[in-house]
Amino acid sequence: MSATRYSMPGPDAELIDELLVDQIDKGSRVIDLGCGDGRLLDRLRSERNCRVLGVELGEAEVIAVIGRGLPVIRADLDHGLSDIPDDSFDTAVLSQTLQQVHRPTTVLREMLRVAFRALVVVPNFGHWRVRLKVIQQGRAPVTDALPYEWYDTPNLHVCSMHDIRDLVEQLGMTVVREIPIIRGRPVENAWWANLRADSAVYLLERASE
Amino acid sequence: MLGSPVIERARRPGRRVPVWGLPGQAVAADRRTVWRVGRSVVEPMAIEVSTTDSPDDGSVGIVKTRTVQLFEPPASLTLAGGGKLDAVTVAYETYGTLSPERDNAIFVCHALTGDAHAAGRHGAEADSLGWWNDFVGPGRGLDTDRYFVICANVLGGCQGTTGPGDVSPGSDEPWGLEFPFITVDDIVGVHAALVDHLGIEKLLAVIGGSLGGMQVLEWAARFPDSLGSAIVLASGAKLTARGIAFNAIGRRAILVDPNFHEGDYYLTDEIPRFGLGLARMVAHLTYLSEASIEMKFGRRLQEGDRFAYDLARETEFQVESYLHYQGKRFVERFDANSYLYLTRAMDYFDLAATHGSLLEAFGRSDVRFLVVSYSTDRLFPTSQSREMVSAMVKAGRDTTFLEFESLYGHDAFLIEHDQLAGVVAPFLEQTLESEQRPR
Repeated sequence: MSATRYSMPGPDAELIDELLVDQIDKGSRVIDLGCGDGRLLDRLRSERNCRVLGVELGEAEVIAVIGRGLPVIRADLDHGLSDIPDDSFDTAVLSQTLQQVHRPTTVLREMLRVAFRALVVVPNFGHWRVRLKVIQQGRAPVTDALPYEWYDTPNLHVCSMHDIRDLVEQLGMTVVREIPIIRGRPVENAWWANLRADSAVYLLERASE
Repeated sequence: MLGSPVIERARRPGRRVPVWGLPGQAVAADRRTVWRVGRSVVEPMAIEVSTTDSPDDGSVGIVKTRTVQLFEPPASLTLAGGGKLDAVTVAYETYGTLSPERDNAIFVCHALTGDAHAAGRHGAEADSLGWWNDFVGPGRGLDTDRYFVICANVLGGCQGTTGPGDVSPGSDEPWGLEFPFITVDDIVGVHAALVDHLGIEKLLAVIGGSLGGMQVLEWAARFPDSLGSAIVLASGAKLTARGIAFNAIGRRAILVDPNFHEGDYYLTDEIPRFGLGLARMVAHLTYLSEASIEMKFGRRLQEGDRFAYDLARETEFQVESYLHYQGKRFVERFDANSYLYLTRAMDYFDLAATHGSLLEAFGRSDVRFLVVSYSTDRLFPTSQSREMVSAMVKAGRDTTFLEFESLYGHDAFLIEHDQLAGVVAPFLEQTLESEQRPR
């Protein structure tokens, strides 16, 4: 996995795409940050009739998005979204990418600057398997959901669902929905979600002024 | 073959007419004289169709430049700078076949010193290949098996389209600096008239790099309904102060050349070759990147490995020799006055100022935009592309932007064809698809 690549097709990729598509209004304007080859945007355009834009760093991925006939901008999320004007989108999507950028707080703030709502998907390092690996083996965890060695991983940050909640609150954003993904299924209001979820989808909005 | 009802006036067959540079030789008293390679002038040829011989080198084959007269009386071309031209000759070439629906036409805007000859060859000689031959042809970035590609020389140029080197109407002498001021708007106005003349209502795309990219932007802003997509390469909505500065140096070199004679050098024995050559040397340097110059020349000497300690030897280093060669070659094919006019048009270009703001410039159309910049381009740095892209996104346009990592600086769009084709081809395909979709 090259370090320049933001988006990785994970085992739950299709499920997560499905969840994201469900959260997005028909005909709305959507920007997908770290859009990979543009498969989510392709669905949003064809199924939801959305006006879409992808942002991606990898050259090969950008070319793949263009190949789908979708608009895309090559940019490094860590350098901010200065090309994207305020409020130019309804929803900003960041799927499996927050833990890979250098400054997650900047990216989250930027998302809610360019769009009113943000959909963020983050892997949950609070999962019991991760915890067990650490306790049992005393080593950085490598699990099915997080299959990277510590020295060769796109995941620069390790965070749990609790951590995300804390950060979002600190940034003055509102969590409108939180959907944990447990063993390949979305389970809203799950018990012990932070122990059981492999990842979680957050719908964030700007705090009402 | 072009399936449009274009009928051009038959003219005398082309013949080489020596004009200036030969003592005592009078200028051909024909206002349609055009500049050609070498110090002679060729009259435009009347050709009904471009011949596209079966290509054996993968190119579009043998092509010929055609000319057409536009804005003939009673119509005339009013220029943005206030001047007027009664009749304009436009030199152009076309490649590929126009579809019966006339929906597959692409217009190529050339850069500062380009010409209408973008693809194929004019004869058997290899050096007659078009300037974008590797990008325009069967199966190439602009696939001539699918698209009908048009390229025309710019107004004010010296490769067949009306410019300061042509004889001014009602006189026996070339215009020189009496030629009216022209802007990028005027260049685009003439090209749009050519497209209209060819019977094409809406172009699939307009594409161009550098000054060509400025034309693309102006086209999209001014005639938004006449194109489906705009492809802007290594360009910007205005020239930077640094870019203007380099143009100023080039113009200065020409203006102070003792052979310039205030632009009236056409009838003299000499042309301002030193000034024009120097202008090219300076400009050429801005087209290359630090890395590419180092890679290509380093500090290598042209001959041997010892310094000559001789100031008269101006081509001691390879890089010196190369620049001198570029200057010399350029003088053979370009007119100094055209260089003055076109660099000024480039300096003056300011899309936001002309149309109120960038947002307004991009806001009037449904044009799809593809913007490409190159990481080592110092003439049109990526920041300029980003500024445009930001306005395009704000205006709600379908916008694609890509900065290529490149070693080649500004010239990359003329060099790295394959990677460019990799994005342009699918972009065009999508444009064609969306244009053909019933609304």
